[in-house]
Amino acid sequence: MTAQAPSPAAPKLPPSLAANPKLSSWIRFTPDGHVAVSPGKVEIGQGIVTALAQIAADELDVDIARVQMVRASTAGSPNEGVTSGSLSVQQSGRAMRQACAEIRQIFLSVAAERLGVESGVLDIADGTISGPGNVSTSYWELAGEVSLDRDATPGALAKSSSQRKLAGNSVQRLDIPDKVFAHARFIHDTALPGLLHGRVLRSELSHAALLELKDDGARKVDGLVAIVRDGNFAGVVSETEAGAELALAALRKSAKWSPRETLPDEDGLAEWLKRQPAELAVIASKKASSPPAKTRTIRRQYTRPYIAHGSIAPSCAMAQWSEDRVRVWTHSQGVYLLRADLALVLKIPLEHITVEHMEGAGCYGHNAADDVALDAVLLAKVASGRPVRVQWSRADEMSHAPFGAAMTIEIEADLDAKGEIADWRHSIWGNGHTARPGRAELPALLAATELAKPFPRAIATNPPQANGGGADRNSVPLYDFPSWQIESHRLTTMPIRTSALRTLGAQGNVFAIESFLDELAAERGEDPLQFRLRHLSDQRAQDVIRAVARRAGWKPAKRDGIGYGLGFARYKNTGAYCAVIAEVEGAEDISVKRLTIAVDVGEAINPDGVINQIEGGAIQATSWVLKERVRFDAARITSNSWTEYPILRFSEVPEVHVEVISRPEIEPVGAGEAAHGPVTAAITNAVFDALGVRLRNLPITRERLIAAMELSS
Amino acid sequence: MPSIRFRLNGVDTEIDADPDTSLLTILRGKLGMTGSHFGCGAGECGACNVIVGDHAVTACDTPLWSVADKEVTTIEGLGDAQKPHPLQRAFIAEQALQCGYCVSGILMSAAALLKQNPDPTAADVKTALDRNLCRCGSHNRMVRAILRAAAEMRAP
Repeated sequence: MTAQAPSPAAPKLPPSLAANPKLSSWIRFTPDGHVAVSPGKVEIGQGIVTALAQIAADELDVDIARVQMVRASTAGSPNEGVTSGSLSVQQSGRAMRQACAEIRQIFLSVAAERLGVESGVLDIADGTISGPGNVSTSYWELAGEVSLDRDATPGALAKSSSQRKLAGNSVQRLDIPDKVFAHARFIHDTALPGLLHGRVLRSELSHAALLELKDDGARKVDGLVAIVRDGNFAGVVSETEAGAELALAALRKSAKWSPRETLPDEDGLAEWLKRQPAELAVIASKKASSPPAKTRTIRRQYTRPYIAHGSIAPSCAMAQWSEDRVRVWTHSQGVYLLRADLALVLKIPLEHITVEHMEGAGCYGHNAADDVALDAVLLAKVASGRPVRVQWSRADEMSHAPFGAAMTIEIEADLDAKGEIADWRHSIWGNGHTARPGRAELPALLAATELAKPFPRAIATNPPQANGGGADRNSVPLYDFPSWQIESHRLTTMPIRTSALRTLGAQGNVFAIESFLDELAAERGEDPLQFRLRHLSDQRAQDVIRAVARRAGWKPAKRDGIGYGLGFARYKNTGAYCAVIAEVEGAEDISVKRLTIAVDVGEAINPDGVINQIEGGAIQATSWVLKERVRFDAARITSNSWTEYPILRFSEVPEVHVEVISRPEIEPVGAGEAAHGPVTAAITNAVFDALGVRLRNLPITRERLIAAMELSS
Repeated sequence: MPSIRFRLNGVDTEIDADPDTSLLTILRGKLGMTGSHFGCGAGECGACNVIVGDHAVTACDTPLWSVADKEVTTIEGLGDAQKPHPLQRAFIAEQALQCGYCVSGILMSAAALLKQNPDPTAADVKTALDRNLCRCGSHNRMVRAILRAAAEMRAP
């Protein structure tokens, strides 16, 4: 029998480029000597635009100052779905690098022909292509004869990490000067000619029916253009923003609502989640070949509440109709996905809708950005072709936008005679973690459920495991336990609206796993860091834990009222590795003094950008852990202001030290969501170290701490 | 409508409007100055902070009548790309933001602090910014940037 040598795998295009193969949709050389770079991912304050500019400039050999980043639009940008899941560098970055590598090659071969030399002797510096004997041309000179309206082909070789000049360096973010000089870059600050202002009337009651509305008060307000009513959807359009607010206030006075939804009992939420109708999914099941004998079983339950996105800017959008076509400006994370939902609601063809991205404030997931776009589109119908800008109120933003789902997580471990883990069982209860637009047969936009002919409310689902999962994200341990069973119960009712919030279920699951491990280590009287290392065979995991231990001097000597805790995860089990050591201080009030973090994102395109994302994620997670919890009564969300929904303030922010483990040879992954889970667990584990009490329910407020201490004494 | 006069970024300004209108509404509306941002409308987040006299105030709940005959400075009056304020330079140098929506308000709180205390400690800076919310978690970078600007402004 002759064995055939396996043929080397044919090179493949990165998925995002395969889906959007036309090279000109990514890169254009403009007549004024610039390079227009057009990704499908959008800036949400994470610095992606700069990282992609670095990648393009590097691969094309042009100065980054020549790069002009084009905002995503359905009019021509590559369709890269949604900007989420810490995937932008992975998806858009790889596609951009590959497209630029091929474009570089195409220009080199055309230049070689034109200059009469071999392409191998040519060099490119800041877009000028030159060779021996002072022959030269440039991208821009050749742009007229090289059409990039062609599909990418696999095989072009991108530069090796050592040949790149910009990637791996902390290039300053391109958008920051505009933001410190307050140039109108945010959608909120953009004035279109003839712009009108709209406001939508929403009850503070959840999912309320509008029984009665009188418009005489609103009609008296100067500058009123129109009052719109369609079922439970009502709004005003005015010449001025102040006029729109006054008209809305008048309308609100006259409105009578009736509640149509009973919200759960906030204090019994964890158990309520377990009682609801749900769909069960087995996430992972591993059987031991020779199961060790168990001598006892330990079970613990961990919970997290609903968490608000809490963008500092209320959601905003603009829309303008021209006959049967509409143009929309939005800070949505997915222009094509929003367009798909708008087409469902409006019942018009996709190509009659253009959706353009403009920057908003950080959103941290699926907030009201998409909802307000439909609001603007609906109000703009009565504006006789003028553009209408709609902005939500703070209260609506905090009560009608989707929340990150509350979770109840139970972990059970069988221990053998030596106290080693013999079997591990992890069960999750909660609503799905995504109800983003553009992915279902029904629209996911709020106003669609309010119209006289309403669409049903979308029940949040969980993304497939191949995409990192939702409620189950990070629920499969990275540790080498002999056997496990991981299950997720997704609720099929949804009185409180949920959708994607940064990390989806990962923060809850990592909190539970890392807390439980800490409990087991404490039971054994073993150092929690050694306990983890003993169960981790992944070298990169070991490396971040050892790095953070070194940096924080693990474990510092015991001091009164001070505690240290560890947390670790690899985001989605496929993304960035992150280990955290928290130092906390306190008795009844916990303050987080310091977070020491080690992270491995593979190739760090912009190391300071990575540090910025990790610091930001760590501070946001600290806020979630210490303070955040959506509050509600039977009829309404009550935490609809910053007073009712406090977040971390400057005086409460910990020091954050970040060490980036550089691996330029490994494909880059995102950093924006790596820190939340490990930080959460590190803080609660540090509280145990300081005070000897386990806090298994987030947030760890003063009341909960006192209750836990009373229980343990 | 009564007319209310004040100095805005060093320029005499006269506005005809209901005196109870918020300063932020006037700035962003009639005056088209959109650097001061709307965040909550209730004086709880600081995204709209401006300086009146020597103090940072939330423009969203500052009635127009209360600034009559006063000096008002907004982010537009702090500095620009040609003549940046040391704070603006320092925020760029420290890459002290992520989304940047809260930044104009934070710069104004910081500028007010440095007027009153040219040599603040990190704790002073945090106290001065405690009514400004940042959701991206750029706090530590901002504190560093403000201390950096303060040092630069003190240098002979």
